[in-house]
Amino acid sequence: MHDTAALREAPPVSPPECLRTATGRYPLSVRGLSYSADGQDIIKKVSFDLPSDDLTVLMGPNGAGKSVLLRLLHGLMAPTGGTILWNGRPIDRALRKSQAMVFQKPVLLRRSVLQNLRFAMGLRGLARSRGDLEPILKRLHLQTLADRPARLLSGGEQQRLSLARALALKPEILFLDEPCANLDPASVQLIEDTIKQAQAQGTKIILVTHDIHQARRLAEQVVFLHHGQVSEITPADIFFNAASSREARAYLDGKILI
Amino acid sequence: MQDFRNAFSLAFELIASLDANLLSIVGLSLRVTFAALLISCLIGLPIGAALAVSRFPGRGAIVVVFNTMMGLPPVVIGLLVYMMLSNAGPLGVLRLLYTPGAMVIAQTILVTPIIVALSRQVIEDLDREYAEQFRSLVVPFPAAMAALLWDARFALATVALAGFGRAIAEVGAVMIVGGNINHVTRAMTTAIALETSKGDLALALALGIILLLIAMTVNAAVQGIKASARRNAYA
Repeated sequence: MHDTAALREAPPVSPPECLRTATGRYPLSVRGLSYSADGQDIIKKVSFDLPSDDLTVLMGPNGAGKSVLLRLLHGLMAPTGGTILWNGRPIDRALRKSQAMVFQKPVLLRRSVLQNLRFAMGLRGLARSRGDLEPILKRLHLQTLADRPARLLSGGEQQRLSLARALALKPEILFLDEPCANLDPASVQLIEDTIKQAQAQGTKIILVTHDIHQARRLAEQVVFLHHGQVSEITPADIFFNAASSREARAYLDGKILI
Repeated sequence: MQDFRNAFSLAFELIASLDANLLSIVGLSLRVTFAALLISCLIGLPIGAALAVSRFPGRGAIVVVFNTMMGLPPVVIGLLVYMMLSNAGPLGVLRLLYTPGAMVIAQTILVTPIIVALSRQVIEDLDREYAEQFRSLVVPFPAAMAALLWDARFALATVALAGFGRAIAEVGAVMIVGGNINHVTRAMTTAIALETSKGDLALALALGIILLLIAMTVNAAVQGIKASARRNAYA
């Protein structure tokens, strides 16, 4: 805990008590989280709780710090201050192994589709015969592409493979950073359906998007970020009708937030 | 001019008739160079990959040293290996001086820095792309190294061929430690130097033509590898 005085002044942002669903299997608690790089404060002493396993969408204008916050929650970057506790535990290697992330720009090995999946599953010692991989390939409509070099796939196909690889690891928590930016509508729908299915099967989903339509389709709760701070955490049905923060209302109204 | 034409026709005759002396020289050159290249890759690729992915104090200095060593003058390497292997030297007991083994050692020292420096560059570029994804997947260090080496295989093949080109065309080091002994340590380059000074231009020219053909084949192979890698988006 870095700045306890500041923490006392700013209580953690939580969903309203009356609307909060029961505590989930993977509660997240963030206290005084900061991240700065090159003298710029990107995340500014953020404190909040996500007790439930609701499908959470991180929204906010460009440069609000969404992607950075996601990377901090996944442990890809070390915060400059504050703590992140998953189920009361700080992030370590073992914890990160139970998480997976889909990046905005898919990073695929210079190998076939099948070998990309095998590489990831091999890291966790999971079964990886072609038959074992058939369901996940089928789920994301990749079965006819299994032997193609991954990097020759279209953007949508690459992102579907990236999601397939993440899900093949059977993560408890799945992070997605703008997974559908610039993708064809068919791939977007397939990816969104797969995300919802994964959540129904018990994976906690945290997704970054600045596509309001996608957020409406997927979100159960919305964390709205502005200037590196959490403006509000609100259940989706309330957020899109009556967001409580001025920034979120302006954003939803299509005003340009600076 | 007459001499010149004669030399060329004799050279082609030697090649066409698969002259035994010519073949033994070419064979030794290729054996020594391939052995040196194999050892250089076994040493250089892991060092290059490790340098590419790790950050530690002094790393920058090591990178500069290897980059500088890429341009080491072969005669200096020859001299140092000679001093090590000569009877008075620390490795004199091995009695390797004036053997193909000594030539392999000298060429390995010449080629390894090339493999290290170029493979570090190749793998560092690839690692920049993979690093965050690998961190997310929690890939252990040895597995990450193996994956980087494998995924960079086409670029690394061209690195190896660059090392091959340096070794096969090199004359100073193998001359000093091999001694250019006929049928024992006479390589293409040292034979060319000797025959030219003796005035036997035909054999020198024949060897020169073969050396050029090998260089062309190597470059064609590099082009072919790059093209096939590009087709599969593996480059």
